[in-house]
Amino acid sequence: MMTTGSPTRSTADRILGIETSCDETAAALVVRGTDVLSSVVSSQIELHQRFGGVVPEVASRAHVELLMPVVSQALVEAGVADNEVEAVAVTHGPGLVGALLVGLSAAKALSLVWGVPLVGMNHLEAHLYAAFLEEPDLEMPMVFLLVSGGHTMLIVMEDHLRYRVLGSTLDDAAGEAFDKVARYMNLGYPGGPVIDRLAVDGDPTAISFPRAMAHDGWDFSFSGVKTAVVNHVRKHPDVDVNDVAASFQEAVVDVLVDKARRAAREVGAKGLCLAGGVAANSRLREKLLDVCVADGYRAFLPSRAMCTDNAAMVAAAGWWRLQADGPSAMTIGAEPSLRLPSI
Amino acid sequence: MLILGIESATARVGCAIGGHEGIIASAHSSRGRRHAESLAPQIQFVCEQAGVSLSSIGAVAVDIGPGLFTGLRVGVTTALATATALRVPMIGVTSLDLLAFPVALSGRRIMAVVDARRGEVFHASYRAVPGGVQRETEPAVGTPDELRSAIMAEGEEVLLVGDGALQYRDQWENLSGTEVADESHAFPSAATLVGLAHARALREDFVRPDQIRPLYLRRPDAEAKWETPS
Ligand SMILES: [Zn+2]
Repeated sequence: MMTTGSPTRSTADRILGIETSCDETAAALVVRGTDVLSSVVSSQIELHQRFGGVVPEVASRAHVELLMPVVSQALVEAGVADNEVEAVAVTHGPGLVGALLVGLSAAKALSLVWGVPLVGMNHLEAHLYAAFLEEPDLEMPMVFLLVSGGHTMLIVMEDHLRYRVLGSTLDDAAGEAFDKVARYMNLGYPGGPVIDRLAVDGDPTAISFPRAMAHDGWDFSFSGVKTAVVNHVRKHPDVDVNDVAASFQEAVVDVLVDKARRAAREVGAKGLCLAGGVAANSRLREKLLDVCVADGYRAFLPSRAMCTDNAAMVAAAGWWRLQADGPSAMTIGAEPSLRLPSI
Repeated sequence: MLILGIESATARVGCAIGGHEGIIASAHSSRGRRHAESLAPQIQFVCEQAGVSLSSIGAVAVDIGPGLFTGLRVGVTTALATATALRVPMIGVTSLDLLAFPVALSGRRIMAVVDARRGEVFHASYRAVPGGVQRETEPAVGTPDELRSAIMAEGEEVLLVGDGALQYRDQWENLSGTEVADESHAFPSAATLVGLAHARALREDFVRPDQIRPLYLRRPDAEAKWETPS
């Protein structure tokens, strides 16, 4: 098993990544886990907007129609011919089972036709590798705050492919709390970007929402703050929406950043890194940068496009996995509740 | 021309390779919902058995449903990706056509019935014609009860075929003149698919991958609820 440093040589450097675990249909061509030749993401946000959340059956149907055109586009944009692809990496969990199966089925077929290795990837691991696409020499140990609509995790990456999960959410994921609050206040979907935008014109100190478990343990809980927002708005129907957005966002960001900061100190991390869709939140980025400057850690804030679901991160992580573990078997299935492999 | 046929619309998943000399190799398995795990290894297996590489495949045929959505998508996506990567044309056949064809010799009217779960069935009716069957109704979804009433209204002798016919056997067993085809005909077969597709290939009756879409016959629940608020 690979533990340190950069791999000396790989037989499969040009990797096609495929990602269909939720509502983004994505394909990308990445060389040696770092050089992104193309990254195509077809978002289904509009399809799910009217339902106020991702509908699994709607997502799965869309993936079937979108995936091969997206793959073809990724190859064309990369200027890579079919027979130059050296491996196919695909997310096989965690995620929506019906959605995962579309990407996995296509990846297996491509791997068979092209005669190249198949690499079944963990979506969470892929999110962490988004950081290496823009910062190949990231020093470890590194504390990752992985925050998305489905996950809220505090992870220590000791070395390549070696992780320790410190904590995760006990109830709602951070992104889920954003969505639920936005839905309750009729702000639209997805909730994260809307609240982020409204908060700019609001006062983050206007309302003091609870910071659950801010000082104990590594786990998170966001159902309390969500309920507090609902109760506050119900009691004060004329409250300024921007103030609610800003105060709610501040409460969530405070807890996330405080814990990440404590974790970095405790494990002697070289830096703090954001991952996942909620990592696109501007207040979270700003605040994390502030504490890193104050504490003397390096802050890594991958571009917004690399924080949200994409296939470049899958191809990047796939390059590392392939060298460490070899190809996946053709019999692998979708694993909707796959966990991050922990040391 | 060699044709790869992929079939995964029901509880069974299978594939076959064949051409003008008939079926060269085929495989199938019924392991519940494990279509995605089984299909790719089956494709490898039939290629080995047939002694051909995928690069010699000239067209990909696929069962486009109706059937169980998740399994159906595994087959359709596998077929789409295979055809796209091989740059070969496709042929789509419905699961109901695949059920009706093998029992064409019965001479009776045929009702192909696929279990749609939730107390419903997908169905279409067929008449035997020289060399095969001809579909008389568009594939539809409904309750076994509705289908039974329709069969009674027609008053014709009918052979029912498919897992849906067996599942709701008690609905039609006492209708005079009707019969239910046995378990050996319960599922669409990849071999039949390749046979039907070969006939179409001879007529160059192909489609492009972007013209192949699963035949769902049902909208997603969320959409149905959204558009008909109660
Ligand atoms: Zn994600």
